[in-house]
Amino acid sequence: MNFNATLIGQMITFGLLVLFTMKYVWPPIIQAMQDRQKRIADGLASAERGMREQELAKTKAAQLLKEAKQQAAEIVAQAHKRANEVVEQSKLDARTEGDRQLAVAKAEIEQEANRAREQLRHQVVSLAIAGAGKILRREVDEAANAALLDDLVAQL
Amino acid sequence: MSETGHSTTGYIVHHLTNLRFDLTKMHFLHGEETGGFGVIHLDTLLFSAGLGVLFLWLFMKAAKTATSGVPGPLQNFCEIMVDFVDTQVKDSFHGRNPVIAPLALTIFVWVFLWNAMDLLPVDLLPAIAGLFGIPYLRSVPSTDMNSTFGMSISVLLLVYYYSIKVKGPGHFAMEILTHPFGKWFMPFNLLLRIVEDLAKPISLGLRLFGNLYAGELIFILIALLPWWLQFTLGWPWAVFHLLIITLQAFIFMVLTIVYLSMAHEDH
Repeated sequence: MNFNATLIGQMITFGLLVLFTMKYVWPPIIQAMQDRQKRIADGLASAERGMREQELAKTKAAQLLKEAKQQAAEIVAQAHKRANEVVEQSKLDARTEGDRQLAVAKAEIEQEANRAREQLRHQVVSLAIAGAGKILRREVDEAANAALLDDLVAQL
Repeated sequence: MSETGHSTTGYIVHHLTNLRFDLTKMHFLHGEETGGFGVIHLDTLLFSAGLGVLFLWLFMKAAKTATSGVPGPLQNFCEIMVDFVDTQVKDSFHGRNPVIAPLALTIFVWVFLWNAMDLLPVDLLPAIAGLFGIPYLRSVPSTDMNSTFGMSISVLLLVYYYSIKVKGPGHFAMEILTHPFGKWFMPFNLLLRIVEDLAKPISLGLRLFGNLYAGELIFILIALLPWWLQFTLGWPWAVFHLLIITLQAFIFMVLTIVYLSMAHEDH
């Protein structure tokens, strides 16, 4: 086992290999690995961010829903109240109208009664005159007695 | 192969002989012939370069189409390796240095591929080479000290380079001379430092070489058994070896990171 020029040859080969590895092998591979590491880290970070955003959106949605429910309940309550009011108003109106119509009817009845009474009075007078005429057996001059009759009617 | 006429010793020696080419005399060396420093091991050089190209091809293919989206299987595999190495580097090195991590990745994968050649049947590649008239072939680069020391010496040079670059030449010299016993023990400090720095590449290189050389030797010895008995030892040893080849690649990488991070630190 002698040392010889092979030693030098091997050293040269070794040097060349190291040079090539330094220039063409190591940098691209380590670069790719670092890039991938960064991409994975970025992906994980954005996933985290997405989760957080989703959580936030969920909370917000729940809050909105709650508000909407509350609003709906308010609106329903208001509607109920309004309906009650309308019903009350209608009742009141109806009562007023009824009263008014009742009053009108009463007045009409009164008027009718008055008219009937007047007529009755006239007829009574006529009857009385007829009766008196029959009793007197003679024709009473209507024209002559008209003033008298009117006077009588007024007195009735 | 033991029954083809080779003696047992000859078989082992043949398997432990590199395909040697003497650059000074421009011819292949055979058998017991020895050459000086001008000899190169063609098999070691070609196999390690081939495995290096395989490594670069795989990882560059993944790097070229690397996406930060969903990765394919190849990119996934490369990312696992890169991430594994990056974790190791970040665990023991806290400064900023664009070289250490790619260096560590290269060492880990390359040494692993070297070692993994040990799992091929010991006779497969030499037999194929024999068909083409190549007399010797050792397919595991990490069983050649030139490979392991080539790497560990390169690491030591890098350690010095960064020591001087980060601390400045003056500061670095002061550290060598005055650490750990103060300025009155300068020669002793220097001696200690020399031992320490010699130990680094030797321990790095010898550990890897020794483990894989021993592993290969045992595979060769197992190959000497009758064919119907080989699997009883070969299979457990291969399984155990799976652990060794990974572990040795890992140790080499981690120690490299540690040495380089020490170069960046003040004592």
